[in-house]
Amino acid sequence: MTRGVQRWLVSPVARRASRLAIPLAVVLLQGCATGPDANPRDPMEPLNRAVFRFNDALDSTVLKPVATGYKAVTPSLIRKGVGNFFNNLQDMWSSVNSALQGRGQEFSDNIGRVMVNSTIGMFGLIDVASALQIDRHTTDFGTTLGRWGVAPGPYVVLPLLGPFTLREVAAYPIDYTGDRSSQLGGSADANAEISVLKIIDRRANLLDAGNIIDGAALDPYTFMRDGYLQRQRNVQYDGNPPDEDLPP
Amino acid sequence: MKREFLRRLGWSLLLAAGLGAGAARAEDMAPDAFIKQMSTDVLDSIRADKGIRSGDLARVIALVDTRIIPNVDFPRMTASAVGPAWRQATPDQQKRLIEEFKTLLVRTYAGALQQVSDQTISMKPLRANPDDKELVVRSEVKGSGDPIQLDYRLEKTPGQGGGWKIFNLNVLGVWLVETYKSQFASEISSKGLDGLIATLAERNKTNAAKKN
Repeated sequence: MTRGVQRWLVSPVARRASRLAIPLAVVLLQGCATGPDANPRDPMEPLNRAVFRFNDALDSTVLKPVATGYKAVTPSLIRKGVGNFFNNLQDMWSSVNSALQGRGQEFSDNIGRVMVNSTIGMFGLIDVASALQIDRHTTDFGTTLGRWGVAPGPYVVLPLLGPFTLREVAAYPIDYTGDRSSQLGGSADANAEISVLKIIDRRANLLDAGNIIDGAALDPYTFMRDGYLQRQRNVQYDGNPPDEDLPP
Repeated sequence: MKREFLRRLGWSLLLAAGLGAGAARAEDMAPDAFIKQMSTDVLDSIRADKGIRSGDLARVIALVDTRIIPNVDFPRMTASAVGPAWRQATPDQQKRLIEEFKTLLVRTYAGALQQVSDQTISMKPLRANPDDKELVVRSEVKGSGDPIQLDYRLEKTPGQGGGWKIFNLNVLGVWLVETYKSQFASEISSKGLDGLIATLAERNKTNAAKKN
C-alpha cells in the first residue's frame, strides 16, 4: 500500500465517510429493486436512479455550462495542451496498472508514451507519442483488481462521480492517489484547483458525446448502466468477451 | 449559388446511382474487406465534404443513408432489440418499429460521424471459417488517444450488396442492440408495443427539432 493511500485512510474525508457508512448501508438496503425489469447487476436501482438524477441536474446546471464556457473561451491549442498534460499523468498510472495486470503490449505502449511525451513532448503538453502511433491503453486499479480475480459486484452510482461497480469504488482511493494529477499542487488548495481544471477539461471533451447520448437514449439511466457494465466486461476480457448473453 | 448546388446534387445523385448499380453487380466480398471498404469510403467522403466538416448534420445523414443503410439488416436488428414481444407485434407495428428505430440509429450514427477528423480504420485479424453464415469482423478507429474498438456482426447475404449485412455493432465493447434491449423491454412492459413506438417517434421528433 502506498503512503498516499495510508494518508487517505487517516484523512478527515475517510473518517467522515466511515461515520456515514452505517446510515448509508441502511438506505441502500431499503432501496432494493424488485419487479419484472430489475437488472440482477443493479440491486440498488431506486437509490442509484436518485443519485443519477442528482448528478444529472448538477451537470446540466453547473458542470456542463462551465465546460461549454471553457471550451468557448480557451484557445483550442491551450485546451489540447491541458488535456495532453493530464493524459500523460494518467498514462503513467496506466503503465503501472498494465504492468500489474501482466499485459505486456499495453505496458510497453503506455510506458513508451510516457517517456516520449514527458521529454520530447515537454512534460506531456504535446502528445508526440500519438503522432508516432504509439497506442494509448487507459487502465486503472479497478481493472487490475478484476485481473486478479476480484468480482465486479453490483452497479453503483456515486454522487458527483457517476457510474461504478463496487470493485471500482474500492479501487477509487488508490486510483485517485495513483494518478499524480491529484497531488501536483503541493498544497490542498492548489490540488483542489488542479482537480477542478481537470474535471472541466474532461467534461469539455465529452460535450459532443453527451449530446449524442442524450439523443440516442430512451431512458438515459438504463442506457448508461447497460453500456457501462458491458464495457467493464469487455475490458476484463481484453476486448473479446464470451457471448453468453448474446443471442445465437 | 443555388443552381450550382442543384447541379452538383444532380451529378452526385447520378454518380451514386452508378455506384449503386456497380455494387449490385459486384462479386460477394470477403467480410473484412467489405467492412474495410465501407468504412474507408465513409471516412473519405466525410473528409472530402466541406458541408459535413462545417457541421451540416443533414449531409451526414444523407451519407449514412446512401452508404451504410443498404448494408444493414434493420428488421433483424429491431427484432432482436424488441425481444420476445416481436412475435406478438402486428406486421404494421413491426414496420413502424423498424422505421422509428432506424431513424433513431441513423441520427445517432451521423452525430458520431460528425466528430471524425483525422481517424483511420485498421482491421484486426479475422477469425472465421470460409463457410460461416455469421461472424464478427473487428476493427479499430485510430486517431489521437485510445484506439476505439469497432466490431460488426455480419450475416451472409449471397448476391446482395457486398455479400454481407450488418446486424449488430459494437463500439468500445458495447453492443448496440443489447444496449436498447432493456430500455425497450421496460417501455413494452409499462406501455405496450404501441407505447414503445410512440416513445421512439417522440424521441425522433425531439432530435429532429434540435439544430444539430
